Amino acid sequence: MQELLEQLPYSRPFLFVDEILQVSDNNIEGIYTFSPDLFFYKGHFKENPVTPGVIITECMAQIGLVCLGIYLSNKQSSLRSEAKIAMTSTDIEFLKPVFPGEKVRVCSEKQYFRFNKLKCKVEMYNCENIIVAKGTIAGMIIKDNSRI
Amino acid sequence: MSEKEILTRLKKIVEPYVQSLEGLQNFKEETDFLNDLQINSANLVDVILDVEDEFNIEIDNDSMEGMLTVGDAKAIIQRKLPQG
Repeated sequence: MQELLEQLPYSRPFLFVDEILQVSDNNIEGIYTFSPDLFFYKGHFKENPVTPGVIITECMAQIGLVCLGIYLSNKQSSLRSEAKIAMTSTDIEFLKPVFPGEKVRVCSEKQYFRFNKLKCKVEMYNCENIIVAKGTIAGMIIKDNSRI
Repeated sequence: MSEKEILTRLKKIVEPYVQSLEGLQNFKEETDFLNDLQINSANLVDVILDVEDEFNIEIDNDSMEGMLTVGDAKAIIQRKLPQG
C-alpha cells in the first residue's frame, strides 16, 4: 500500500493522502489530516478557516479514484507504469464543514472500470465517523499525453 | 430490429452527452462521435455502457475501439443482437 503512495503524481502542497488503510479490486479506504498550516486556510475564509469544497473533492479523488486507479492499473500489464489519471467528472454533496486539523477517512467503492474509465462512489467521514461529503467521481486512465 | 429503430434508440442514448447541437440535428450514419458530436472519450464510455443496457449486448475492447461513427455503432449492435 506504501507503493501506491509512491506512485502518486502529487506533492506538497497538493498531496491529500496520508495513508491507505485498505485496498481491493472493488474498494479502497484511506486517511488524511488537514494541517492547519495548509495554504488555502488563510483565504478561505478571511478570519474563518474552513476546508474548501474543491479541496475536499480533491482529497476524495486522490484517495478514492487515483489510488484505486493505480492499484487496478498495476494489475494490468498494458497499463502498468504508464498510469496517468485524468479526472473527468465529479458530483459531490458537502454535508458538513471540515475545519483545520481534522482527520478524515475516505471510502470509495468501484462502480465500474471499463474501457480505461474508472467511476467510483466516494464518501468522506470525520473522526467522529460522521459522513461529511459523498458523491461520485470518474476518471480516465491514459497511456500517454493523448487527448481525453 | 430495424436499422431505423437502432438509430432512433442510439440518438436518444447519445443526446445527454452531446456538446454540439448542430451535430445532433444532422445525426446520421457518418456522424463521428468525437468530432461531430464532441463527445469526449470519458463520455463515450458511458454511451457504450448505455448501449449495452439498452440492447442487452456486451461490447468488448476491440469493438469499442472501432466505434468511431454512428454507423460503426449500428453495425456492432446489429452483429451482437440475436438474429431473427
